Amino acid sequence: MTAELGRTIVLWCPDWPVFATCRETGLDPTAPIALTEAGLVFACSPAARRDGVARGLKLREAQYRSPGLIVHGYDADLDARVFEPIVRAVEAAVPGVQLVRPGTLAMRARGPARYYGGEDAAASALLATVAEHGVPGARVGIADGPFAAEQAARAARESPVGIVPPGASAAFIAPLPVALVVDPRTATLLNRLGVRTLGEFAALPAADVRRRFGAAGAFAHDRAAGREQARVIARTPPPEFEAELHFEPPLDRIDQLAFAFRVGAEEFIERMRAVRLVCTGLRIELDDERGGHSSRSWLHPRWFTPADVVDRIRWQLQGAGSADAGLASPIVRLRVIPERIDSTGNHEEGLWGGGPDERVHHGLTRVQSMLGHEAVVTAAIGGGRMLADRQVLVPWGDRPPERTSDAPWPGSLPALAPASVFRERLPIALLDERGSAVAIDERGAISASPERFAVGGGEAAPVRAWAGPWPVVERWWDAEHAKRVHRFQIVDDDGCAWLLVRDHEGWWAEARYD
Amino acid sequence: MTAPHAAPSPRPARVEELQARIRGMQATRLDSKAVPTHPALAEVLPGGTLREGTVVQVEGSTTLLMALLAGPSASGRWVAVAGMPEFGVEAAARFGIALDRLVLVPDPGRQWLTVVAALADVIPVVAVRPGGRVSPAESSRLQARLRQRGTTLLVAGDWPGSDARLGVEASEWRGLERGHGHLAEREVVVSVAGRGEFVRRTRSRLRLPGRHLEFAPAALGPAPGLADPIPLDDFERRATG
Repeated sequence: MTAELGRTIVLWCPDWPVFATCRETGLDPTAPIALTEAGLVFACSPAARRDGVARGLKLREAQYRSPGLIVHGYDADLDARVFEPIVRAVEAAVPGVQLVRPGTLAMRARGPARYYGGEDAAASALLATVAEHGVPGARVGIADGPFAAEQAARAARESPVGIVPPGASAAFIAPLPVALVVDPRTATLLNRLGVRTLGEFAALPAADVRRRFGAAGAFAHDRAAGREQARVIARTPPPEFEAELHFEPPLDRIDQLAFAFRVGAEEFIERMRAVRLVCTGLRIELDDERGGHSSRSWLHPRWFTPADVVDRIRWQLQGAGSADAGLASPIVRLRVIPERIDSTGNHEEGLWGGGPDERVHHGLTRVQSMLGHEAVVTAAIGGGRMLADRQVLVPWGDRPPERTSDAPWPGSLPALAPASVFRERLPIALLDERGSAVAIDERGAISASPERFAVGGGEAAPVRAWAGPWPVVERWWDAEHAKRVHRFQIVDDDGCAWLLVRDHEGWWAEARYD
Repeated sequence: MTAPHAAPSPRPARVEELQARIRGMQATRLDSKAVPTHPALAEVLPGGTLREGTVVQVEGSTTLLMALLAGPSASGRWVAVAGMPEFGVEAAARFGIALDRLVLVPDPGRQWLTVVAALADVIPVVAVRPGGRVSPAESSRLQARLRQRGTTLLVAGDWPGSDARLGVEASEWRGLERGHGHLAEREVVVSVAGRGEFVRRTRSRLRLPGRHLEFAPAALGPAPGLADPIPLDDFERRATG
């Protein structure tokens, strides 16, 4: 490999995940922000870093170091989505771009350097392109090979461009820590062996490294020695599938809008089908006349047909209203962006038609288009103490949430679950023998044993058996969500069992064992 | 026909029972296949199982409805529940209904009959609480569709011309005392009325649920005046169309 061919430009946007999150949520990027994944800090803003927050820190430790820290979950899709326009802009300036990860791009240096008249000029042109898209503080590194170029970009402190002259890459990366090229376990081992920098690692004989650490070690050794074999592999720009419609005059009825997009939806799906792709998830963005913006992702258990796309638009607009309802504000722009695309090969129907589940899906989709997206649900069991918290209803086609019901949940009910769980608790009366309501004092003792029971304003009937109170105290540390209730099980005169709840407002029936 | 000389049963109850069984077998239409049903309900249901294309009314107990759904669900069928917003999902899961093959339509609204028809097209067992009165014409149209699709409809409410009616007549909880204990098991008396061939109304005792969340026929033990099954006077049965 000649030095000429290996010359690589790397464009690096520092703290890209934080920037993407700020852009999406409208946060101030100068504030201390941390993004977490699995309880650990994944990325942080410069202000947070100044406070001592670093990647890999536990969330609690990070909050301790920076009390004003704003914490968000890390969303890889969001990262990629926000980066996509920037990749496109860079592709317009320099062809043949490799997306290393959201926030980092690699490209060969030879073409741009010739075109712009020097590596310096090419780097400035790239930075100008990125700055046009509102990304401040991007850096460019140019060196032999993508690894060295990325390190050059990261090392560039004073000027945004770090250029390592041809042939000097090995010397440039020599003082960097060895952990950059190997996995953490090997890095620990190498450190114990006294090999701390890439230069020291590169100085080991290649044959010995291969014998001791295998192919991965040999690859890392090549990188450390600046003999990187990896080339820039330019991505093929994905075809443009999104559909956008502007309405002049704005449309203020859902059925008008659905009708207007009917043809658009068919074209949208047909364009993907022409290149043998199906869409399994899409995002619909709607702008109304008053500047309101509504954006939502929709998933599909199979793939979207044109009618499905139109349905999703209707559902997003109508919420709980009916199809012919007017809108609060007329819609001026509609945009449909495919988020998940798959090859048709993975969704081919079997030779003898699809399985029974496919029929179920069609039928349920029909019911959904009659009643709305939220009307057909599948159920999962979630975590919690109150029964309503424990049943999680997921609209047909959406992804069920993570299960948390396996956790022990001290204070939840015994294994026998009530067959009817009221969505809205029924007001009831539980009376003692003198006809006054049973009360529970601060220490959880009842005023008298319950003797009579009435649902709503009905006739009071004798209580055959009862047990309680079973206190449920939740989130006592949080004044807003704190909950302190007492539960009772009773059997009424008809032999029907009830689960009762006493809170500060009064007596309620939470569920019935019928 | 040279029948062996079987000694005639001296007890009329035995005769009654055998007659009921014959009627149950005659009821099996050629085109209606059995749907796998929970074994505990074999004694309860006319003919011993649920059948495709039939309508069964279930009155007064969601647990009984879940017991009817549990059998088909355990055999890999999809089940749907419409118009019952308070259907307890956790109880359903504990009683053996597979949640990944359970579809709920909590609020079908005024279009509930259309929704039931649409569900019945694709889901073999549908439970519904009617959102209003059904005219006999509507019900027979839907029932023709059910027969064609082989769907079983369980109705928690009134239905003109249902094939069987199950109801809980008495229920008795154990485990809960006055001031201590917790609900552990329940014994119910399920009354069954059929139509057509099943003119007799019978009662049986079931544990719904038992101590280990199972459904089982209750032992015939010291039931106060209730044997299993008890044929009642024909006058007592209600006309079901």
